[in-house]
Amino acid sequence: MVEKRKLICISCPVGCELTVTLDGDNILEVEDNACKLGLDYAQQEIFDPKRMVATSVKVKNGFHPLVPVYTEHPIPKPMIKDVLAEVRKVEIEAPVDFNQIVIENVLDTGVNIIASRNMPKV
Amino acid sequence: MLLKNTYDVVIIGSGPGGLAAAVEAKKEGAQDVLVIERDVELGGILLQCIHNGFGLEIFNEDLPGPSYAQRYIDESLALGVETLLDTIVLEVTPGRKIYASSKKYGFVEINARAIVLAMGCRERTRAMIRIPGMRPAGVFTAGTAQRFVNVEGIMPGNKFVILGSGDIGMIMARRLTFEGAKVERVLEILPYLSGLTRNYVQCLQDFDIPLQFQHTVKFIHGKKRVEAVEIAAVDENWNFIPGTEELIPCDTLLLSVGLIPENELSRKVGVELDPITGGPYVDESRQTNVPGIFAAGNVVHVYDLADWVTLAGYEAGKGAAKFAMALRAKETAHIPVNAGKNVHHVVPQSINKYVLEQDEIELQLRVLKPIEDRSVIEVHDGNHQIVRRVVRYVRPGEMNTIKLKPRHFADVEKASSLTVDVSPR
Repeated sequence: MVEKRKLICISCPVGCELTVTLDGDNILEVEDNACKLGLDYAQQEIFDPKRMVATSVKVKNGFHPLVPVYTEHPIPKPMIKDVLAEVRKVEIEAPVDFNQIVIENVLDTGVNIIASRNMPKV
Repeated sequence: MLLKNTYDVVIIGSGPGGLAAAVEAKKEGAQDVLVIERDVELGGILLQCIHNGFGLEIFNEDLPGPSYAQRYIDESLALGVETLLDTIVLEVTPGRKIYASSKKYGFVEINARAIVLAMGCRERTRAMIRIPGMRPAGVFTAGTAQRFVNVEGIMPGNKFVILGSGDIGMIMARRLTFEGAKVERVLEILPYLSGLTRNYVQCLQDFDIPLQFQHTVKFIHGKKRVEAVEIAAVDENWNFIPGTEELIPCDTLLLSVGLIPENELSRKVGVELDPITGGPYVDESRQTNVPGIFAAGNVVHVYDLADWVTLAGYEAGKGAAKFAMALRAKETAHIPVNAGKNVHHVVPQSINKYVLEQDEIELQLRVLKPIEDRSVIEVHDGNHQIVRRVVRYVRPGEMNTIKLKPRHFADVEKASSLTVDVSPR
């Protein structure tokens, strides 16, 4: 069955409103995308939506009580809640390095959680 | 670090605009570059913007705010940019003197050949949009809540209503949801989104947070703490539509209702502000109407993307460095003329080496002690004689002169200073 779906591309700040023509597991056409990122986005968003997740973890003896962290790559959207719960369990020790791996391969997603900045020790 | 008396470029603020200006000023050739920051660390508001979405334009990467800042912090420090943290600038003068109050140095006075204003912007508050109601605790600007949650690790409430569909408001809706809070509603008085569409998708739609256009807060309820907000629909003139009122129980109201360039310092120094943008009028190099004072980023007009602020910072940094270096060249253009052996004083006291075009330069001098015999007036550069003149006698009561002629100008230009001596022949 051929159907049309509307999506807003979040690949960049432009935010194109895409019209995707879909036949079951096949994308027949993507319209109104300003660039090719829209094609990849439509494919990804319809069959396996993913998101970047940014949050923070507690840090002991740090300049601040928290250090911001994020997923090095997008993770499956349905896993956001579980990944957040996993990150919440962690408490690390200062000093923390910029891009330091905080959780390796979080919940077998193949994605590391890394520190967004350095956090000096007090 | 020892604070210098004079810097080529001083930048006020270390957000994306300030750091970009610092990096570019250094690359353009400015020698002494100082960034003054009122917080205890560099990075500005980027540090509390822990969400990703930064760097797509400049690095072609999807970075969180702190990572984006870290790259510029690391780069500016590697280039030798100096920093003065925990310091608030009190005043800037048209002569480009900066008065500041510093935790470490106390009251400081710094001279700048060029200044970049990069103070960013402030959030509009409840008072500025006049929301009626009680005045309980629990009403915050979205940015303040962002600082609490992301940097201090404090949750400002449990049940939220967010007024305004600006980017910070939508991003906070998602962030608070991540931290276990309930965001009941996002309200927007306009019939369209104030922020980016991608933020509507990934911050509100992804988490089923309802957004209502043409709705606003009519009344804030609660004695000590917010207990509920009464909302209502508005018409195109922003008048409430009777009968559309709804009471939403909540303990916190966040405001994401616009940003205003922060220009207290600019105003004081006489920088002309555009009433439309709220920021300074600038030319293509981001120079304001006050010579040597540049401005870039949200202090000029409010941007949607930090990447664009960085680009504006580059322009201002480049302009400021060029201005500073031209000034520095002028300052070093003057060769001092010193009174040497048996000379009381010489006029002129200096010679501008870039204007050695006239026929001759007459130096006028007075001696300290008389020599009642043939005497030599000599001009030298410390090592070599440039010109000498023999006179029958010298007396303090009678002024003497000696001329530098075009044939001496090549030697004058090479000299770091000139000295006039008078001695018996």
